[in-house]
Amino acid sequence: MSFLSIKAVSKAFAGPPVVDNVDLEVPQGQFFTLLGPSGCGKTTLLRMIAGFETPDRGTISIDGEAMNDIPPHLRPTNMVFQNYAIFPHLNVFDNIAYGLRKQRLPKAELRARVEAMLATVRLEGLGGRGAGQLSGGQRQRVALARALVRRPKLLLLDEPLAALDKRLREAMQIELRALQRQVGITFLMVTHDQDEALSLADQVAVMSSGRILQIASPRELYERPNCREVADFIGQNNFFHATVKTIDADSVTVNAGLLGVVTLAKANVMCAVAPGDRLLLAIRPEDIAFDDAGLAGEIAAATFLGETSLFQVRVAGRSDPVIVSNYFDPPSKAVHLKFPPQFLIGLPEH
Amino acid sequence: MRKHALLLYAFAYLAFLYVPVLVLPIFSFNDSQFIAFPLTGFTTRWYAALGADSAMLHALVNSLKVGTATALLSTLLGLLAARAVTRYRLRGTGAALGFISLPLFIPDIVLGISLLLLLGVAGLPLSLGAVVLGHLLVCVPFALTVLIARFEGFDRDLEEASADLGENGWMTFWRVTFPLILPGILASLLLAFITSFDEFLVAYFLSGTEPTLPVYIWGQLRFPERLPVVLALGAIILTTSIALVALAEYVRNLGVKRPMVGA
Repeated sequence: MSFLSIKAVSKAFAGPPVVDNVDLEVPQGQFFTLLGPSGCGKTTLLRMIAGFETPDRGTISIDGEAMNDIPPHLRPTNMVFQNYAIFPHLNVFDNIAYGLRKQRLPKAELRARVEAMLATVRLEGLGGRGAGQLSGGQRQRVALARALVRRPKLLLLDEPLAALDKRLREAMQIELRALQRQVGITFLMVTHDQDEALSLADQVAVMSSGRILQIASPRELYERPNCREVADFIGQNNFFHATVKTIDADSVTVNAGLLGVVTLAKANVMCAVAPGDRLLLAIRPEDIAFDDAGLAGEIAAATFLGETSLFQVRVAGRSDPVIVSNYFDPPSKAVHLKFPPQFLIGLPEH
Repeated sequence: MRKHALLLYAFAYLAFLYVPVLVLPIFSFNDSQFIAFPLTGFTTRWYAALGADSAMLHALVNSLKVGTATALLSTLLGLLAARAVTRYRLRGTGAALGFISLPLFIPDIVLGISLLLLLGVAGLPLSLGAVVLGHLLVCVPFALTVLIARFEGFDRDLEEASADLGENGWMTFWRVTFPLILPGILASLLLAFITSFDEFLVAYFLSGTEPTLPVYIWGQLRFPERLPVVLALGAIILTTSIALVALAEYVRNLGVKRPMVGA
């Protein structure tokens, strides 16, 4: 059994389930991310792990111990709230010491632990600051320190970076990753920001409508999504309809209309198929190349993004433009597109 | 031109509100038994006479007792109701709030007579305790309003954060909720105290042989020679009331304007 184990957990408030029969296993020491659009149930799942919501069905256990009947204040978890929930009537030191008072540590030890934690989150010397005198980034650090100082088995983070501006968010991402490695505590973070999920996590679970669609490493998720929803939510993709022609030991040959007949490695086909089945082929904009020959099209629009440009290429016989990302502008508007078969991923139609 | 007219209007407005009140302190320092202009001279003898009036001091002590008891009880009741209303989704919350506030809109004289009849039917004696019960009807709605506003003014997450950091419900109340609503509690205590201290009709019906200060003053008005002393007393109460209300408002706003950075 893994460290955090969620089995068949469901939760409904009024109406359809917000979390629908979710299974999740998180190994110890990982930085694990729940990624999904707002309203997908990720925060409710997090709150059930913290104990603020009770599952209608299913079990949650941490380190082999069932959590269902344990109230929040007795769970081995601590949480960083989305708005940080810094106690406004306490200064930084007392905020961080809040969860330690109950342990009745000798005064010197309490002080030492809080000071050490202040150093860990790089807030040395700010212990006396009032809660109202902190910047957004500092509040985030106080919230982290306050949770980590209790040495939880599992740290829960609810959109911890959403309230920060872009620059600060990127800096905090790096810090958060380093901090997790340093303290070695299992982190479970909820976010709707795919870049954040990909850059921080060891593993990501993509959620939608209360269900988990795919659990994989960031690279796996990006390169081999298992369904259209994941492929669409993470980065950009072009989709083509195809029909399976023949199946070999390690490859699948399909008729892909405009793309002609292509052969995919079996590992790139994300569902079980039989000859005659419909498939959806996905390919990333950066995997499509401009070439001298291939599918003919015309550039309808180009967006300069700095290091690359994004081209919308109109192709006869297809209503959506094909999105292509490239470093250089092609010499003319009339182009030919090449779709290297190793970058085509076969997904179920639905 | 228009600006001057508006200024004049503003002054007239304030004069209308405050001139009647100012009559009280002015005549309380006037060296004459008769309340009439022109003023005859300055004296503090009415204030000196106050201190020697043991019946009046007794009534003052009665009012302080009733006011204190009313303030404590109505704030406690208001606290419990405000927490329930703001922290839980309960059926009938709106109706309950309506019924709690209703006594505010019942004329005090109706309230006084009803309570008098009720005490008679129940066979209970008229007493200061009965006055406290009557005053609770009037003061609990005030306390509730002030406290609900305070409860709604702080983030629910703070209480969850406390639970997350290992404190149970009771300790969370003392370490987080109570300090944050303390200004509201103090404001509620002061408002309830003043409301009770000033209240006449209910006290008149229910106090029996132990008059509160307003009831005692009402009794003294039959004796014209006592009037300047009553004015002196009125001036003191007026000053204290204004000071207390100002204090209550100041305390109620404590912390509200504190900037919330970053969130």
